[in-house]
Amino acid sequence: MSETPVVPEGVSQFEVFHVREGAFGGSGSGDTSGFGGLVELMHMPEPSARPYGGWFDEVADELELSLAARGISVGDAIEKVVIDRDEITFFIRRDLLVGVLSALRDEPGLRFELSSGVSGVHYPNDANRELHAVYHLLSITHNRRIRVEVATPDADRHIPSSVGVYPTNDWHERETFDFFGIVFDGHPALTRIEMPDDWPGHPQRKDYPLGGIPVEYKGATIPPPDQRRSYNS
Amino acid sequence: MTTENVTYTSAAAQPDDPYAGANDETQSRVFNVGGGDWESITVSSEASERIVVNMGPQHPSTHGVLRLILELDGETVTEARAGIGYLHTGIEKNMEFRSFTQGVTYATRMDYLAPFFNEAVYCLAIEKLLGITDQIPERATTIRVIMMELNRISSHLVALATGGMELGALTAMTFGFRERELILDIFEMVTGLRMNNAYIRPGGVAQDLPADGEQRIREMIPILRKRLTDTANLLIDNSIWMGRTVNVGYLDLTGCMALGVTGPILRATGFPHDLRKSQPYCGYENYEFEVVTETTCDAYGRFLIRIREMEQSLHIVEQALDRLKPGPVMVADKKIAWPAQLSVGSDGQGNSLDHIREIMSESMEALIHHFKLVTEGFRVPVGQVYTAIESPRGELGCHLVSAGGTRPYRVHFRDPSFTNLQSTAAMCEGSQIADVIAAVASIDPVMGGVDR
Amino acid sequence: MGLEENLPSGVLLTTVEKVAGYARKGSLWPATFGLACCAIEMMAVGGPRFDIARFGMEVFRASPRQADLMIVAGRVSQKMAPVLRQIYDQMPNPKWVLAMGVCSSSGGMFNNYAIVQGVDHVVPVDIYLPGCPPRPEMLIDAILKLHGEIQDMKLGPNRRAQMRELEAEALAAPATLEMKGLLR
Repeated sequence: MSETPVVPEGVSQFEVFHVREGAFGGSGSGDTSGFGGLVELMHMPEPSARPYGGWFDEVADELELSLAARGISVGDAIEKVVIDRDEITFFIRRDLLVGVLSALRDEPGLRFELSSGVSGVHYPNDANRELHAVYHLLSITHNRRIRVEVATPDADRHIPSSVGVYPTNDWHERETFDFFGIVFDGHPALTRIEMPDDWPGHPQRKDYPLGGIPVEYKGATIPPPDQRRSYNS
Repeated sequence: MTTENVTYTSAAAQPDDPYAGANDETQSRVFNVGGGDWESITVSSEASERIVVNMGPQHPSTHGVLRLILELDGETVTEARAGIGYLHTGIEKNMEFRSFTQGVTYATRMDYLAPFFNEAVYCLAIEKLLGITDQIPERATTIRVIMMELNRISSHLVALATGGMELGALTAMTFGFRERELILDIFEMVTGLRMNNAYIRPGGVAQDLPADGEQRIREMIPILRKRLTDTANLLIDNSIWMGRTVNVGYLDLTGCMALGVTGPILRATGFPHDLRKSQPYCGYENYEFEVVTETTCDAYGRFLIRIREMEQSLHIVEQALDRLKPGPVMVADKKIAWPAQLSVGSDGQGNSLDHIREIMSESMEALIHHFKLVTEGFRVPVGQVYTAIESPRGELGCHLVSAGGTRPYRVHFRDPSFTNLQSTAAMCEGSQIADVIAAVASIDPVMGGVDR
Repeated sequence: MGLEENLPSGVLLTTVEKVAGYARKGSLWPATFGLACCAIEMMAVGGPRFDIARFGMEVFRASPRQADLMIVAGRVSQKMAPVLRQIYDQMPNPKWVLAMGVCSSSGGMFNNYAIVQGVDHVVPVDIYLPGCPPRPEMLIDAILKLHGEIQDMKLGPNRRAQMRELEAEALAAPATLEMKGLLR
């Protein structure tokens, strides 16, 4: 998993985030089928180009206008826009996040009043953008949903806190900090919320083991799910 | 963790203490649960008048393993904090190591009072990623709606029952659990289990209704309707109940929007926001029902909303039963559909005998197909989706990221109780301790969903 | 009073044992320790259909100091384990623990970092009840089996002899891993 995968021609824009080596997990299993040599590259859907179709253009236009009105450079703020499965995702640069969220909440054409929380995802193969924080916003006025995603490198895990804009993200940011280690600057009380206060490590990161124990049967044990010999997803 | 050394001595100072039980250690350390910044909290508050009281996590009235840390000035709560995480199970991480269908059994145990909703939101997210939302058979969708609405009734009954018990109305508890048994009988008949049934699976439902299923549900509905009226009449316009819940736990629309609170709490402010109406899923646009609202923003309003929502759910179940037409209950695409036909035999639920005869005696290909689909699972193309449904407590969302494999890369559930519980402080500060219980009961958090 | 503990073994003690056992099992008050899904099935057992009031057990004592039986119903997370131990320590003797459901018996389906793999890591368990969640009838069955054990519990010198015997048996018993035969 540690060697950089070979990216095919013309695929430079794609985000490679997962490499699947071999069809079966475990090693030393004596598997001679040849499926162990499979290497498959998994990448996220590519960024979309205008026109997006449907109401996505309207939202994107409104967002760009309102950012310009607030003095935020659109080219800097919006890294890319991905339309996939009828959903639009705006990738925002992390230091301009609060400005973008204020615009999304306050502008009459956007009015995303309800934030459905912050979720974290850890992409260890996404060089220099390993930790993503994903914000889902719902506009009750216009009855539509968008997603705002912010990426931060593992070495410098800071994202400005959105509690000033959406107070509901208070516990969600604490949970994301607890499970991924992302520090939200400006959060009123960033502490662990689910794990005990003195727990070491951040459990939902990909480099944190599942932590199970082998299950004992009469005369045999079965290893926990992350160490079993099974299909490699 | 602070520790004290405690030595037990009996009158005879013997290690063989006649009063000590079989499992006691006669010389042992006593561990006090403290630690963290507990000492600084207790010291820093103006020690003369205010005390810091810990309610929970083991408490009969905090609706599960919820820890409430209250700073009291007499009987008035000046500061309230909710401590959660005592039921954290690592479900989301565990699901990353299980195939998508196996993940349903994990998802169902999060909010354990509304298992069908957890399963439904997870399966809707998977189906959206697969792109098969339109190919789910209509019978499967209708059965999903029936099960979800019956689950909504049983969840609201528990809310009423436990809310009543916490405030001292014990008959509400016996009535609520008795009514719930009627619904649990239906669940057992259809899915094989009373709770945590892994019934709604990606692609449809696990098995069809039994032959007399529809008729038994129809027979139950009038009985349930009458009993719900009886339960409601116990508490509506009951002066003691009203005295404990009117103007308690006040949270208006601004507060709800800021804190991201959805569900009965939001509808108690008068705002008719219901995802079944605004962003329908599973064919909810075809059913006629009202979005129940009240305008009082307090615990009594939420209680009234829950009662009327139960009636609306019964109405939806009747309409859904009328819409049931014979047909398949799993998607037609054989690469995704659960291969087995399940049935309830003499030793419980399992593969039907016909299916076993087919895969063991008749067709090797069918056996291989069954084996691969059950052990490896189907592959879901790369991408991420967010699906949200209206669970009895509010907006339940599932953010699912797939890396193109048979297992989710990351699944995160936006649980309504987690978000709604943040409003405890806003609801309780300035009120009295007894009102804290009423407010938390009206939020109706399910700690399994809060902590996941 | 301790009188029963100080009686010499004999016919009088045997009769006292029977009476004490009958009294103890006849009103075994459970402590509320419902955690997750099993707690709902435990509440259903207290409800009218499955009624444990007929066994004298419908009073779930909130205070552990008044309780005899701790039914650990649900998954015990790492954060909850010290609380579990503290509640157990606060219960006065005689006390029993019933591990309800697979999560409290062995960690259940959650074999991961967050759940204690069996509450017997934290408190001594008298009877394990598997199930996910166990039906209310199964819980009643477990409680009745526990009643049987409680009825047969000895007092005073007989108890000390019984404990020594049980301990010797437990120490001599092979671990699950060493047992032979069918894997289950």
